[in-house]
Amino acid sequence: MKIIAAMSGGVDSAVAAARAVEAGHEVIGVHLALSSNPQKYRSGARGCCTIEDSHDARRAADVIGIPFYIWDMADEFHEGVVENFMSEYKAGRTPNPCLRCNEKIKFAAVLDRAKAMGFDGVVTGHYARTRETDAGRTLHRAVDPLKDQSYVLAVLNREQINGAIFPLGDTEKVDIRIEAEARGLAVAQKPDSHDICFVPSGDNAGWLRDRMGSEVGPIVDQDGNKLGEHKGAYTYTIGQRKGLGLTVPTADGSPRFVLKIEPVSNTVVVGAREDLAVTSMRGERPIFCGPEVGAAPLRGFVQVRAHGAALDCTYYMDNEQLVAELDQPLLGLATGQAMVIYDGDRVVGSATICETA
Amino acid sequence: MSVYLDHAATTPMFDVAIEAMNSSLRKLGNPSSLHTEGRSTRKDVEDAREKVAKAVGCLASEVIFTGSGTEADNAAIKGLFWHTDKKVILVSSIEHHAVLDPAHWLAEHEGAELIQIPVNTDGVIDLEFLKKIIAERGSEIALISVMHSNNETGVIQPIAEIVKAAGDIPVHCDAVQSFTKVPISFKELGLFAMTISGHKVGGPLGIGALILRRAVEIPALLHGGGQERDIRSGTLNAPSIVALAAAVEANLYDAQKVAALRDSFEAGVMAARPDAVINGKNSERLPGISNITFPGTQSDSLLLLMDSEKVSCSTGAACTAGVHRPSHVLMAMGLSDVVSQSSLRFSFGTTNTKADVDFALSVLPTVIERGLAANAVGKK
Repeated sequence: MKIIAAMSGGVDSAVAAARAVEAGHEVIGVHLALSSNPQKYRSGARGCCTIEDSHDARRAADVIGIPFYIWDMADEFHEGVVENFMSEYKAGRTPNPCLRCNEKIKFAAVLDRAKAMGFDGVVTGHYARTRETDAGRTLHRAVDPLKDQSYVLAVLNREQINGAIFPLGDTEKVDIRIEAEARGLAVAQKPDSHDICFVPSGDNAGWLRDRMGSEVGPIVDQDGNKLGEHKGAYTYTIGQRKGLGLTVPTADGSPRFVLKIEPVSNTVVVGAREDLAVTSMRGERPIFCGPEVGAAPLRGFVQVRAHGAALDCTYYMDNEQLVAELDQPLLGLATGQAMVIYDGDRVVGSATICETA
Repeated sequence: MSVYLDHAATTPMFDVAIEAMNSSLRKLGNPSSLHTEGRSTRKDVEDAREKVAKAVGCLASEVIFTGSGTEADNAAIKGLFWHTDKKVILVSSIEHHAVLDPAHWLAEHEGAELIQIPVNTDGVIDLEFLKKIIAERGSEIALISVMHSNNETGVIQPIAEIVKAAGDIPVHCDAVQSFTKVPISFKELGLFAMTISGHKVGGPLGIGALILRRAVEIPALLHGGGQERDIRSGTLNAPSIVALAAAVEANLYDAQKVAALRDSFEAGVMAARPDAVINGKNSERLPGISNITFPGTQSDSLLLLMDSEKVSCSTGAACTAGVHRPSHVLMAMGLSDVVSQSSLRFSFGTTNTKADVDFALSVLPTVIERGLAANAVGKK
């Protein structure tokens, strides 16, 4: 096949491209420029958009022996990912921009452009596996549980999965680094990225404050009693305990947690740990990577964070929303996060959490 | 087969230049040394300087070898600015970044006032604008810099008329693209300064020259051993200088042949894509450059597709990270941001053949179709 290798400048995408070449594909390396004002040098772990990363990607492509180009996706990234990130926080929800990037950029803008240009698909360095089944291609967890990225890929629909190749899902990260070393790739020991690429400092709250201002508002208990003030409701997350700056102690001295963020009144509601408990969730805009789910309840697992636990649940569709009822309560679940349903290691689908109870 | 249509970026080295360079590389001697080896290398350099001077139409002492055309442009713009108390720098809006960026830098850091001369839709500078500025502010102008021909469109600029209008104001001309392609004489044009580069004329990379009128002593960018009239210190790069001279002396550029190839390519493109637009077509152009807009496409997609089909061409400008940017040259000619990003530059050289043109034309229709499709999904 003729495929585009999305090369970030990191070790994973470099090895993925090399493996795709070895598998007999005709591969062309593409680095996505996601910022119109790229930083010249990375500080610490890499961000997606530094000039140095694009040089690393180019060098990897040269060593692998494939053509290399840079695609400017800065506008698409800003509209589809960065603006969404801000508007979600503004609405009191907690988004996952990596998921959005996969959905809107890597497996949409890039895949669509690649197909229009006569390519068959896109290869990336994500840790996930696909299998060919009677029901079509399905998406599965990677063998390395610490690196598994099926969660952030669960936003892909069947067509997108069909256009994707994930060569790293069967290998542990430590072995990918060894393989990169053996292939002579200089990025073999390059640090992993941990933070959101466009927030290289890792300080999400500070980044949001810089762009959205910091309007002071009340922190209240569940009865509406004002306990303190905050600097912008959107910089808090559900379940947060630290950094509330409250001076009024609780009667029994137990800590308080953020229970709710009300963007319209710019209010943060806090309460006791047990009030964070959630036993069911509903998600909107469901996407199914494989066979669609109906109204009939099914048993499986739900995961609500990129590296969170897989929680036993019963799931079904109700009124165009995906519902998961948990066997055991979960503490602290923000709307805006993705709920991803698994059947064993197979990704069933995902939805954006809009309601919890 | 693979077809190289990017001679404006760099040219293949002529065999005579490679041979001259090889024999010079094997030779020992710093041209500034006083002993036998030094004198021998010095002779090679001075022979080369005379050959270059002959081709440029200047005195040998007016040739100052530099490490690149960019260095020569910087030396000229900064040197001529620092040479006087006058603060206005007048450059065309379509200059190469090697001229534009030092001019901007002087404006930001050294108190210069930068005035850009607009061009018309055919890519030729507005002489009336230039004359008006000279009439109004002539006594304040430190220098004027206009390229001999534009590197993206190949459009030739009216240098003789600019020099005439300038009177006593020093005029620098970046002749990197024009040198050896069209007749140029430094002396006849009456220039103060001019830039040439080795690798655009069948010579090696890493060698250029600032042609600077005799007795004009500008401040240096590089200080040191005092080589090159104290304007460009640094041990003379004898092998590259010798190779540049060999390439120039051989005079292998066949302008008629190159122009015929370019014309037949353009005719083929227009037959295949009647909506295509050849930028600068109504102007006098270099024989080898063809800049074509393919409406509804993005040039970075087209370049990738052409490259996949083994045809090498260029999108014009890219930023440091390699991201394609709209061309300031095409935008100065009145094209929109989007249209300038739908344009490719094909540049032909003496080694190209009719078969190259036919091959490029054979892959073009599919490339354009796919480029249109790729751009259409981008707008979804």
